[in-house]
Amino acid sequence: MKVRANLTSFSILLIVAGWLIPGNARAMHISEGILPFSWAAFWFLTAVPFLAYGLYRLKKLSREDLSFKPLVGLLAAFVFIISCLPVPVPSAGTCSHPCGTGLSAILVGPGISILIAGVALLIQALFLAHGGLSTLGANLMAMGVMGSIAGFVTFKLMRGLRLNLAVAGFAAGLLADWATYLTTSVVLASGIRGESAFLPLFWKIVIAFIPTQLPLGILEGAMTAGMVILLSKKRPDLLVKMRILKSAEVLIP
Amino acid sequence: MKAFRYWLMVCLVCSWFLGVASSAQAEEKTGKWPGVDESVVEKIAKAQGREAREPIINTDQGDLLLFVFLLAGAIGGFAAGYYWRRLITEKAPLANRTANLDETEGLKGPRRDLH
Repeated sequence: MKVRANLTSFSILLIVAGWLIPGNARAMHISEGILPFSWAAFWFLTAVPFLAYGLYRLKKLSREDLSFKPLVGLLAAFVFIISCLPVPVPSAGTCSHPCGTGLSAILVGPGISILIAGVALLIQALFLAHGGLSTLGANLMAMGVMGSIAGFVTFKLMRGLRLNLAVAGFAAGLLADWATYLTTSVVLASGIRGESAFLPLFWKIVIAFIPTQLPLGILEGAMTAGMVILLSKKRPDLLVKMRILKSAEVLIP
Repeated sequence: MKAFRYWLMVCLVCSWFLGVASSAQAEEKTGKWPGVDESVVEKIAKAQGREAREPIINTDQGDLLLFVFLLAGAIGGFAAGYYWRRLITEKAPLANRTANLDETEGLKGPRRDLH
């Protein structure tokens, strides 16, 4: 059993390392210098309260229960890997990355998910030439804040409508991805428009994202649903503790 | 049903890679799979008069980027595998987990996958 676990860990390590080998730098976050200073500072200041809330939630949950720390560790690694993984989209001939924040928001809540995204984006901006430091706030607003909130709200709404875990997980992953790129479009259009009108530029960016992000959102939805289902089979107690499942749902009928 | 789902998944993954391979051949002339940053963000920003600057710590030099990505992938993969193992393989003792369930919802009766 232990050998199998070691082999699994090693395989994950190899696969992830292989995935991340880039041909060139193909960062999908907003690069350094794209946004004017005033807009970069605005988005940074907007993101700070969300980061602070994430830190507060992490401290609070850590005080209450230490056992969810491995879950936060797993999600941090997952979001970091996923959000710098260039996935080739055959229909568009381009590459883009999923976000992973939909899944993390479902499992640990939007606050901690934002914090996880912030750490992942900071490391990527510092060492991987993947997104900029000056645009960190803008990228965090798109991927961390809006991605997490969209994923979390969608999942809760779907579960409220008594839809099963797979459907709710899929919708949450899908909408978290699309919300991220919609926000990126808003951020970009407002920052780079100059004297042009906001709306035409916004729609131009959204339409340009569609061929890549439409299939990628579906992929992210499937990935999120798969992961939630897997965890519900392997550790239903954890999902009960995180209030994702009710204990009645993990009883044998 | 399980076998059907398994084969459906295999077919989907294969068709994705077949699509990638065929598109790669079509793209050989231009020789690139640009990221959306290049094909969308930077292109539109350039048209609006904004250009991307070099990153503050520029690791995009020769094989350096390959090295840092591989290192990041290895560390990220190790962390993911380690925490997955802690969560799934080295599960918390049943007594604790039962207590957690009982505390949360007042669970009674057998449950699956708790061993």
